[in-house]
Amino acid sequence: MTIPADLKYTASHEWVRREDDGSVTVGITDFAQQLLGDLVYVEPPEAGRKLAAAEECAVVESVKSASDVYAPLAGEVTAANEELSGAPQLINQDAYGAWIFRLAPDNPADFDTLLDAAAYQAVVDAEAH
Amino acid sequence: MLNLTPLNQTHRDMGAKMVDFGGWEMPLHYGSQIEEHHQVRRDAGMFDVSHMRVVDVEGAQARAFLRILLANNVDRLTLPGKALYSCLLHEDGGVLDDLIVYFLREDWFRIVVNAATADQDIAWMLQQRAARAAGLKITPRPDLAMIAVQGPNARAKVWQALPGSQASSQALGLFQALPLPPWFIARTGYTGEDGFEIILPAPDAPALWLALAAAGVKPVGLGARDTLRLEAGMNLYGQDMDEATSPLEAGLAWTVDLDSPRDFIGKAALLAHPPQRQLVGLLLEQGGVLRAHQSVHSAQGDGEITSGSFSPTLNLSIALARVPLGVRPGATIEVEIRGKRLPAKVVKYPFVRHGKPCYGEN
Repeated sequence: MTIPADLKYTASHEWVRREDDGSVTVGITDFAQQLLGDLVYVEPPEAGRKLAAAEECAVVESVKSASDVYAPLAGEVTAANEELSGAPQLINQDAYGAWIFRLAPDNPADFDTLLDAAAYQAVVDAEAH
Repeated sequence: MLNLTPLNQTHRDMGAKMVDFGGWEMPLHYGSQIEEHHQVRRDAGMFDVSHMRVVDVEGAQARAFLRILLANNVDRLTLPGKALYSCLLHEDGGVLDDLIVYFLREDWFRIVVNAATADQDIAWMLQQRAARAAGLKITPRPDLAMIAVQGPNARAKVWQALPGSQASSQALGLFQALPLPPWFIARTGYTGEDGFEIILPAPDAPALWLALAAAGVKPVGLGARDTLRLEAGMNLYGQDMDEATSPLEAGLAWTVDLDSPRDFIGKAALLAHPPQRQLVGLLLEQGGVLRAHQSVHSAQGDGEITSGSFSPTLNLSIALARVPLGVRPGATIEVEIRGKRLPAKVVKYPFVRHGKPCYGEN
């Protein structure tokens, strides 16, 4: 179970990467995909949708259960990962490569308020007990 | 404290994700339940089903007792080893369990019941024995383990793993068993594939599991077991039917012998209460997953999904649903999923046979 040091995280198990153009890329963590099991369906948010921080914006479904994905920051959705519609299991195979959506944040500085790898590790540790 | 099967450590050694299944610690999967599902459809996989309970019924009155105890007719069993799938009913017609009964000798029948209901089933059988067949021997067998090997290559791999087994078991027909004391091989299963279920003394189970693994049989967990049985259109007790359900409303009319003059526990209630509902198959032809307890809406009225999941073979979501009589295959009904109504197609199940779609649309 990996937690890359160069990403930021939320307590609801999203990972967030800041791109050069100021947008952020969002997916779910390795810990989350392990808990969910084999994914069979991903419903990303539509491009153009405006999101508040922590708003439910996507669904990932495994055979076992459906889980909501939450916006890590307020902003506007700029892209959804088309590859996932035919191959949701890409997330199981490579949680940090198989991104779900991209967001243009309303306030780029919000990115710095997200959890770093150590803080996310603490979230994972707390949940495992 | 969870119950453990004799294969608990073996599962852990193989990297299983263990979960609580009705009070038993069981493997959910060993890495990918979808991969495990495909392995059973394409090759061979094995399941630890030692949590299920074997019960031996012995004595001169065995057949007469089972004739009245079971909804299906054991008089159909005349070939030694032949098996029958039946419901165990309460007097009010509700289903106490579904089970398989094997005829071995006139004075020996073997029954396999579900894990979650084993204690109640045994108590019920003892209660009925007291009233009807004192002197009959009813012996629960928690000393036995059970491994199901299923798939097109399952039997061949069992013979490879167990030198000498082919000669005796090759002639077994479908739904037939052979005692090979202290073992027992049955050509039965819960996946829709060919294969064997092997009942054996608990201490022998780990060595058999490892021998099967060495012969190329892959371990398969409960996750895949559920998607396999659903594709095959097989009921799951506790979901598709329970004590409050008539077998006639659970797609099990074919297992209830109402035609012969034989009396059995629950017969009068079933005859007095014709079914008002039926079990149908559903396909979701778009993304999403059908799940148990989701409401469905049809032109004939409302119903509910009893079992829903994803079909790895068909690559879409399938379900069984209890709906009003009059809903027809080929019709579209609406399923409520997470607050939205999505169209689903009604089909005749099973959904998959010999690894290919086989559901009926008319």
